[in-house]
Amino acid sequence: MARLTINGKTHDVNVDPDTPLLWVIREQVGLTGTKYGCGVAQCGACTVHVDGEPMRSCSLPVSAVTPEQKITTIEGLSPDASHPLQKAWIAMDVPQCGYCQSGQLMVASALLAKTPKPTDDQIAEAMLNICRCGTYNRIKAGIKMAAGITG
Amino acid sequence: MTHLDTSRRRFMVGSAATLGGLSIGFHIPGGEAAAQTAGTPEINAWVVVKPDDTVVIRIARIDMGQGTVTGLAQLVAEELECDWAKVTTEYPTPGQNLARNRVWGNFQTAGSQGIRQSQDYVRKGGAAARMMLVEAAAKQWNVPAAECRVAKGVITHAASGRSTTYGKVADAAGKLEAPKEIPLKDPKTWTIAGKPMPRLDTADKVDGRKIFGADLVLPGMLNAAIKACPVFGGKLKGFDAAAVSGKPGIRKVVAVGDNAVAVIADTWWQAKTALDAVKIDWDNGPNADMSSEKTAAMLREGLEAKEAFVGNQAGDADAAIAAAAKKIEAVYSVPHQHHATMEPMNATARWATALDRVEVWCPTQNGESALATAAAASGLQPQQCEVYRIDLGGGFGRRATSHDYVRHAVLIAKEVPGTPVKLIWSREEDMLHGWYHPVTMCKLTGALDAQGNVTALKMRISGQSILAGVNPNALQNGRDPIAFQGLNPGGTEGRLGYAIPNLMIDHAMRNPAVPPGFWRGVNNNQNAIYLECFVDEMAHAAGQDALEFRRKMLGGSPKHLAVLNAVAEKGGWGKPAPAGVFRGLAQHMGYGSYVAACAEISVDAAGKLKVHRIVAATDCGHAVNPQQIAAQIEGSFVYGLSAALMQEITIKDGKVEQENFDSYPCMLLEDMPAVESIVMPSGDFWGGVGEPTIFVAAPAVLNAIFAATGKRIRDLPLNKHDLRKA
Repeated sequence: MARLTINGKTHDVNVDPDTPLLWVIREQVGLTGTKYGCGVAQCGACTVHVDGEPMRSCSLPVSAVTPEQKITTIEGLSPDASHPLQKAWIAMDVPQCGYCQSGQLMVASALLAKTPKPTDDQIAEAMLNICRCGTYNRIKAGIKMAAGITG
Repeated sequence: MTHLDTSRRRFMVGSAATLGGLSIGFHIPGGEAAAQTAGTPEINAWVVVKPDDTVVIRIARIDMGQGTVTGLAQLVAEELECDWAKVTTEYPTPGQNLARNRVWGNFQTAGSQGIRQSQDYVRKGGAAARMMLVEAAAKQWNVPAAECRVAKGVITHAASGRSTTYGKVADAAGKLEAPKEIPLKDPKTWTIAGKPMPRLDTADKVDGRKIFGADLVLPGMLNAAIKACPVFGGKLKGFDAAAVSGKPGIRKVVAVGDNAVAVIADTWWQAKTALDAVKIDWDNGPNADMSSEKTAAMLREGLEAKEAFVGNQAGDADAAIAAAAKKIEAVYSVPHQHHATMEPMNATARWATALDRVEVWCPTQNGESALATAAAASGLQPQQCEVYRIDLGGGFGRRATSHDYVRHAVLIAKEVPGTPVKLIWSREEDMLHGWYHPVTMCKLTGALDAQGNVTALKMRISGQSILAGVNPNALQNGRDPIAFQGLNPGGTEGRLGYAIPNLMIDHAMRNPAVPPGFWRGVNNNQNAIYLECFVDEMAHAAGQDALEFRRKMLGGSPKHLAVLNAVAEKGGWGKPAPAGVFRGLAQHMGYGSYVAACAEISVDAAGKLKVHRIVAATDCGHAVNPQQIAAQIEGSFVYGLSAALMQEITIKDGKVEQENFDSYPCMLLEDMPAVESIVMPSGDFWGGVGEPTIFVAAPAVLNAIFAATGKRIRDLPLNKHDLRKA
């Protein structure tokens, strides 16, 4: 049994303690916005925030998370898709297939929370998630738009 | 006119009956799409207008990120003259297409054909619906239809001062005869098509709402994980499930066909971990000693073989080479590569308890093929099967080449009739059981006269045929015609632009036992690398500028030349580049479109490559959504350069060695160059946009690397090579 705080709600789940947080979020809690891409912390599609830190949930056993830690998934990034990044993503038509974009948004939002006006280098250092459609330039432009960086 | 409503209601009733305890408001892709227009009669197969004026446009092709759904909706809406703000879309099912004599035509979304191959009939669908709506209003008003005007879904009759909306006359319009003559607008007058409309499907992709196949949840659903014999062609000898039977959540451990084992469990994670604990005994079969080295030896033999299939021939290349003032020769190679869609293969299947019907929910690039696969796997008639299409988390050809994952899901779900089972391949399973970009080598021989003009070119391609592996019936007397993509003597699909008086392009087919597949760009990718890098080599040997050298051979190919000139001009070819930065060019024609690129790169003292900027031009004839074409151009560089710079699938002991992204890396944001797109539709044809830019991505960069380092990279991927100055 594990107790998790996800998007402000408490969830008690009955799972093997080795189960990755990703699969608890997807299968027990029923939030499918967080994606499975690789299972080995390479692609970043599974990124969620744990106390504000971007974490690759596919490689984080549920037993490593305490009930007090605040987990935020893409569904909890904002109540109504009003996060500046979500608005920028829509304004710039960032997604192509969209499968990786939950993870991209969670990494980008963690970046902006700490570094409200990131440089190009800071964006490149933070954004290590894979996008096979190749939306990187629009992701970068979307982060800048959300950060109010012009030019 | 056939009306859908009767059959659709029957379909809905059938769905509701089989879904049993489905709660209202439950989100089921496919079911949801049908529900959108349930009870509202259609105008025709393509258009449904609801009483509130919402326009539902039916889309036969699929979206895997390339924006085709939005583009096709733009084309229909343009002719329909509806309010774009009220447009929504839905996917008809392959079963409905079958039942209605393929009223929606081809569902295939591959070969960059989603728009170009259906633009005519979908535009006519929109135009016919508009004519019927106007006629319905005119009849109600008892005025000639020709006196009525329509804009944004509002029909007006100026003389009598009357107006109505599409939603109010849709019922009546649906009962009218379809018009026989359906004139289409001049694209120059377009106001919705041809414009950079925002995609219709973006909002759901930023807040987690979007349901992919891997996300599907059906009431009572079980989950499955699978392992097939890792050696190509190997079989299942047996398995021992003692370690997992009776464990929490584990329902069944089953053989799938003759070469795989699956675990059915309450959750996917339980299924996956249990499967890892099942002892499986494989018969590795006849390919157990296959390796990339052996394949390479087989291909090298093909480079010199006497027999080969001819793709393009002119004059006497051998004689011209013998008489040449200068002869140039080079051998290039491109390895197997993997699609690596972000969303692994998956499908959900449910058998009726009487085993007389099977339903499948899946991401697919060709719903009709998925339906055929479901029928073949189940042994049922296609009419007893249905496929609900779900948007893809990446396709790139993988989900057009094979529906092996659908076959698996159907076979597994048969073990629990009446219960839906969702099968997700692990990333490792996905990597080991791909349909790989074919492996090829190419020997090129060029002849120059004393003035540096190309008098002859020989291209001997040796390697794998996709058709031989995927659809041998499509071979022409053994010859694979698509091996020559972009190198053809004529046609509208992919013509060699260069005029070379003596030419021999042929293909020695050598097929290793690695499943080949259609991989975004397909054979254009390596053909463009081979030809465009070698043209650069010939220009260098002739002591001529790479742009001028190409221009001399493109006089008879004005569209090839135009895109090349466009990138050269905007890319600053011939003008000084920033310090340490070097440029490379490439052009190619494929999938009906003309593309070119000018890349700017630098290589530092440590040999690290940086791609700074790429200017890319596309002439696709008609540009339905320029901002989405730009997105496809940008994405194509990521896909093409990831492959050229860092991706290689190698085989050892009959098995793929790369099992995840740690050994099969992809370009990241930090690797991304600035991309400047030139979308330059010349207007008299329809070309594709999802793939063509990939063709020029690698050769433009490789040619720039030569300019920077003097090193010709002929053996891909690039990361096998040391770019430091010798």
